[in-house]
Amino acid sequence: MSLLDEIRVAAEPYPDKKSAVMSGLRLAQHEYGGWLPPEALVEVADALDLTPAHVQAVASFYDMYHLAPVGEHVVEVCTNLSCALVGAQQVVDAFSEELGIRPGETSGDGKVTLRTIECAGGCGYAPVVVLDHRYREPTRPEDVRVIVEELRNG
Amino acid sequence: MADTMQLVLAGADERDLTKLGEYKAVGGYATLEKARGMSREAVIEEISSATLRGRGGAGFPMGRKLSLVQPPEAAGKPTYVVANADESEPGSFKDREIMSRVPHRFIEGCLIAAHAIGSRHVFIYIRGEYLAEYEVLKAAADEARDAGVLGDVALIIHRGAGAYICGEETALLDSLEGKRGQPRPRPPFPPIAGLYGAPTLINNVQTIANVPVIIDLGAAEYSKIGPEASPGTVVYSLSGNVERPGNYELPLGTTLRELIYDVGGGIPNGRQLKAIIPGGSSVPVFTPDQLDTPADFDSIQAAGSFLGSAAIIAVDDRACMVQLALRAEKFYMHESCGKCTPCREGTRWMVSLLDKIESGRAEHADLDLLRNVCDRVEGRSLCALGDFAVWPVRSYIDKYRAEFEAHIDEGGCPYGGGSSIEGVVAPIDQHTHSPVAEVPA
Repeated sequence: MSLLDEIRVAAEPYPDKKSAVMSGLRLAQHEYGGWLPPEALVEVADALDLTPAHVQAVASFYDMYHLAPVGEHVVEVCTNLSCALVGAQQVVDAFSEELGIRPGETSGDGKVTLRTIECAGGCGYAPVVVLDHRYREPTRPEDVRVIVEELRNG
Repeated sequence: MADTMQLVLAGADERDLTKLGEYKAVGGYATLEKARGMSREAVIEEISSATLRGRGGAGFPMGRKLSLVQPPEAAGKPTYVVANADESEPGSFKDREIMSRVPHRFIEGCLIAAHAIGSRHVFIYIRGEYLAEYEVLKAAADEARDAGVLGDVALIIHRGAGAYICGEETALLDSLEGKRGQPRPRPPFPPIAGLYGAPTLINNVQTIANVPVIIDLGAAEYSKIGPEASPGTVVYSLSGNVERPGNYELPLGTTLRELIYDVGGGIPNGRQLKAIIPGGSSVPVFTPDQLDTPADFDSIQAAGSFLGSAAIIAVDDRACMVQLALRAEKFYMHESCGKCTPCREGTRWMVSLLDKIESGRAEHADLDLLRNVCDRVEGRSLCALGDFAVWPVRSYIDKYRAEFEAHIDEGGCPYGGGSSIEGVVAPIDQHTHSPVAEVPA
């Protein structure tokens, strides 16, 4: 099924198809390799009879839509209060060191993007790391080397 | 010692209640049949007399919301049920547990609520990050649909995409309508004009998951649990510097001391408890002399804070309160939707002043200015995010003022780099990542 058709199918259950703009953006982001170039926004707009400007306004509002390219893998470390109190920063530092990049950057080989994120809702299993949308709870600094190795080989 | 009491999570330790057959084996969906055999008014009356107060943060009685929704025949429009599963309050992770362990009880609650307001649409707005929980919930919904449990009700699971503000009910409705998730001016309130301008019941996951429990037990029995003004159980989320963090379902009114020391096993590594955040990061902080406060809506409020989402964060004596305030405030600055001025500008001012204090560049007048900014934001924003941005900062200043002053007098953090959250990085810009970084040699 084409992206256009996929988005239209996603819109079917809603009384107003405009409601499917978030599903549309998620589908488009997946299709375009993890981010949303301008042409992806146009496709979503076309599928739902919206203007690209509206779709752009929505896409820029939410943290999970990427408007710039990301690595093949995305590593996200929660640094909100509960994670911070039990050593989240040490986990960020371990990833930074292992990957040779700071949060917000992508490794030179394009393999891994490192981000810090706000509360992921894993406060009781902190520190929380999200690897390609899957929670890894808890993650300690000493776990980081193996995780990065697996991402590099994966 | 606090006794655990499972009503919402009942049976989930013994059986895999994510499966329809298992849930039916413990009486699941029989309560839905019972409710469908009752009049709408009778269902609403039962929930009202059980005094079910919203578990999402505000503690508003669900029965009152239900009775405000105009039935479709009177409104001349459809009515909608919206379940708020956008759990994003820092410290809160209870709805996640409910959706992944007792999804059918939650769905059953949604369907009873739909019956009560004559709705044929249920929308579940689940935060985008909760992928595993979405998968469990979707499988449960599919199984229920295939088994004919849904009847003529359409159940739509809508995934969010990372925005704290969408937990605010009117922002959630805008988001669900395909817009940026920004709060609406009120009135009108959602029961009058909510989703697509139609009468809408919007409640938190845990509130809705209590509905089948109440219909099954009966309001009279349910009301015997916990304090009279806010009966029932709640899933407390314990986190931070506590030996056994996690979710614990207990009667409302369990004291903070029981929660942190009995249930949670106390503070690890022989450290001392310094602060207690009783309802998620947005609420005013408590000091250890307030440990005997019962954790229910009214008792916590009488003591100067809020139960919020019953997310209790323990902070030990290694944490610098200025750093904690700064980290919390950066969150609110990041999550401010930008629609109204006090919140958008105020959060930035607060971050900037806190940063000045933490880095030792502040004068005493800056502390007064910060306190003043708090007072000028509180109560002046379109939604509660403005207040949430104020309450931690102002309460940390008022209760730990000497620590803030020490930063100013000593020209820097008295912890000298030894705070447990030293240098913690907050997300700066979520949207524009530098595509490829210079890799250090």
